[in-house]
Amino acid sequence: MSALLDRPRLTVPVSERDHILGPETALVTLLEYGDYECPFCRAAQPSVKQVLQALGDELRFAYRHFPLTQIHPHAALAAEAAEAAGAQGRFWDLHDMLFTNQARLSIEDLLVYAQLVGLDLDRFALDLEQHTYRPKVREDFMSGIRSGVNGTPTFFVNGIRHNGGFTPEELIEAIRDAV
Amino acid sequence: MADNPTSALEAGVAAPDFELKATPDQSVRLADFRGRRLIIAFYPADWSPVCTDQMALYNEILPEFKELGAELVGISIDHAWCHIAFAQSRNLHFPLLADFHPKGEVAQRYGVYDDNIGMSERALFVIDEEGVIRWSYVSPIGVNPGADGILAALESMQPAEVMA
Repeated sequence: MSALLDRPRLTVPVSERDHILGPETALVTLLEYGDYECPFCRAAQPSVKQVLQALGDELRFAYRHFPLTQIHPHAALAAEAAEAAGAQGRFWDLHDMLFTNQARLSIEDLLVYAQLVGLDLDRFALDLEQHTYRPKVREDFMSGIRSGVNGTPTFFVNGIRHNGGFTPEELIEAIRDAV
Repeated sequence: MADNPTSALEAGVAAPDFELKATPDQSVRLADFRGRRLIIAFYPADWSPVCTDQMALYNEILPEFKELGAELVGISIDHAWCHIAFAQSRNLHFPLLADFHPKGEVAQRYGVYDDNIGMSERALFVIDEEGVIRWSYVSPIGVNPGADGILAALESMQPAEVMA
């Protein structure tokens, strides 16, 4: 009935505003909308890593925030924390740590992870306190809403929503199909 | 849509009136929303297992709906007491209406009751300030339709009406 709803397209293309792993010359861009407190996203995390390892330079991976804050009370601040780490060049380090420690995402926990990752703690704490990156997280979220993200994790392969599962095999197949 | 057992009311049709319980002692009527836009999200059941919950998603973008002049209600065949427990557990900030007795009557009026399963389909309606349906969509029952269609429908409506 509505192509818009059946196979939605990404409305905000992956660009410098995003956190990206892999070379710009990669044939395929895999984008994930995720929530650090979502168990399915945590389950997808090793899968994404495996895919990245298997495909090497063929693939680049970008991550945007899609926190469901009313059912995941720590998700919004965790996303802001990842952005604050990103501002210090350590987005992916904190990103991994947040998923690994999903059950412990209080502000005290976030400060510990920031320290383990080696961030400037004063700056990090201030960014959390002032919610410096709340607008960026909301921007990510709304870009997802506009692109037909209906839950997490949602993946896009070269800008088209992937409707299948997120085992490494399923993701690799979707990526191969896109080439 | 081909194997869709029901036939949802479409754009241009006057939205059928209803009066449903929002809580055990509080009723809501369609007419209460006259002068404002209304999004109705019919869904099969509270606690239903579409992985990441559709209602939780809409809950996050109530400010965006408001900006476009729209209120939101969810409707399912569950009883008001069940809705209260569900809304509390998901921290929902919009009314869930009980299409409980006679069961599914409002869903039937909107053409989205699935008699085979005894629940409504997963269907969306956007109703304008005058009570006319401006957009409708029926999603496969296991698929969360997201919110982009709703936002696009609201935005395509005349902006002058937003202030009504």
